[in-house]
Amino acid sequence: MDTRFDVELIETTKRYGTTTAVDAISLRIPRASYCCLLGPSGCGKTTTLRMIAGHEAITEGDILIQGNNVSDLTPIERGTAMMFQSYALFPHLNCLDNVAFSLKMRGVNKAERHAKAREYLALVHMQDYAMRLPSQLSGGQQQRVALARSLITRPKVLLLDEPLSALDPFLRIKVREELKRLQRELGITFIHVTHSQDEAMAMADLMVVMEDGHIRQSGPPREVFERPVSPFIARFIGGHNVLPGANGKIAVRADRCRLGVAGDGPFVSGRVTAVEYQGTMVRVAMATDPGDEASALVPDGDFYARPVEPGDPAILTWSERDVHMLAEA
Amino acid sequence: MLAGPSRTIGGTDRRPWTFYALGALFFGYMVFLYGPMAAIYVLSFQGENGGVTFPMTGFSLVWFADIVKPGQMANVPDSFGRSMALAAIVSVITTVVAVAAGLAFRRPFPGSGAVFYLAVASLVMPSLLVGFGIGLGFRLFDWKASLFTSGLGAQLTWTLPFGVLAMFAVVNRFNRSWEEAATDLGASPWQRLRHVTLPILMPGIIGVAMGAFTLSYDEYARTTLTIGQKNTLPLEIYALISSATSPMLFAIGTVTTGLSFLIIGVTVTLILRMQRRRAAATLKVG
Repeated sequence: MDTRFDVELIETTKRYGTTTAVDAISLRIPRASYCCLLGPSGCGKTTTLRMIAGHEAITEGDILIQGNNVSDLTPIERGTAMMFQSYALFPHLNCLDNVAFSLKMRGVNKAERHAKAREYLALVHMQDYAMRLPSQLSGGQQQRVALARSLITRPKVLLLDEPLSALDPFLRIKVREELKRLQRELGITFIHVTHSQDEAMAMADLMVVMEDGHIRQSGPPREVFERPVSPFIARFIGGHNVLPGANGKIAVRADRCRLGVAGDGPFVSGRVTAVEYQGTMVRVAMATDPGDEASALVPDGDFYARPVEPGDPAILTWSERDVHMLAEA
Repeated sequence: MLAGPSRTIGGTDRRPWTFYALGALFFGYMVFLYGPMAAIYVLSFQGENGGVTFPMTGFSLVWFADIVKPGQMANVPDSFGRSMALAAIVSVITTVVAVAAGLAFRRPFPGSGAVFYLAVASLVMPSLLVGFGIGLGFRLFDWKASLFTSGLGAQLTWTLPFGVLAMFAVVNRFNRSWEEAATDLGASPWQRLRHVTLPILMPGIIGVAMGAFTLSYDEYARTTLTIGQKNTLPLEIYALISSATSPMLFAIGTVTTGLSFLIIGVTVTLILRMQRRRAAATLKVG
């Protein structure tokens, strides 16, 4: 029994009729890690999460949690807890009773379960809202209550389905810091489904990029960003230009590209299609003459020293040591 | 300064003439809807020597006393009791079946379409024929037609499809992830139904129950051919109308209307008190 891993997927497959949503994926998530399942919509990331949670039956393969095969167990027996995308707080119960729900189901008496629920509401700084109904809370507050309700079951693994998607951008950044802090303090594994690569890179210890029911690449975010294995990964995680090279496709980070003149180094000529001011940087989007899309992230000082307009001809240059070969075509 | 919300482009805040035309139409409709009822309520207080039409010859309560007076050709209190009992049973059966069907039909199952159409088809059947058919059936098998056998069955052919359809609308707004969350938190299927699904659906369930109650309470066409010897209130009233008319009929109308409002009031109060008690109970522990 290998208990170095909190979650292991072994050739896990989900089929609906003849459609394969998740195709024999294998993944090992080390103890107490923050894992992000990342991918475009329909890639199978949510199905994978729901299979780990026990809300979706596994067609083939197995799921292990801390070394135990949980494929046929109920969610509570697995030691998982899920936070739903819409939070799914019970609308007829106040916050305290929502959080105390799992204890009530276990037959814990009222005084004890309410005391415990207050502890967990305090953990998410919602103790002052114990008597409110979910409909009287903002989205961010509802999410905290949902989090407390999941954590009170003392899960080994917390599963979060797009937890930040309903929040406004400002709150999103605050909440992701908080989720990460909670994960560290509790020392349990969080698995977080998202379609935002920013979110995944900011939060993940282990980033798993999925496409079309397969895991295309997994590893620490820095490794995935620096060494994307395929054009899909390079494009999906963003910040990269995928260009034709001498032996197949290459990826070059946009922030390592410059606008300039053709010299000794590699370059490609084209035309500026858009200029986006981003504060510290300016993103210049180009259509290259060979027909690719590319962009350069130029420091604002450099850009305004030699500004360009959409429609201007331009030459994109980079250095040979910034070229990353992509394995697949 | 900000422009007020009534300020419109063009500078005019006069309503178009169509507003007044539609308003008049709505007012006319309201008069048509409630006028006759108001007339009946007023006439039920007709003077002792007055008739079933205006003018009022005075003010009295004798017609209300007439309702319960024995020796009349009709027995209103007894038929009212039967109507209430039947409506209560119909309401319970309809609600139980409608909730079960509403929950079951959330996911298509083999033959769900056929089952659905078979279940609601009796809504479009001519009601008199349904009653006639049931009456014939009971005679054929030599069963005794009565209130709580053939009468109950005939009324269910009407209230069940109605209840099921209404329940579909209620269940439609139910978010499936509430149930998943309950399972996730360790609730057994029974606990999930008891503590999550039913409480969330409860306002709709009460609505279906009350709807079924009223449908049964004033059902006539199906009931008349299947009821056997003893009348429900609508049948009794109809018999009264066709034999002898007096303002007592209006008094019955006034009393039953008052009773309906009483039932609604009691139900609403109960629900509100239930909610308040729940909130208070949590406060006490805290």
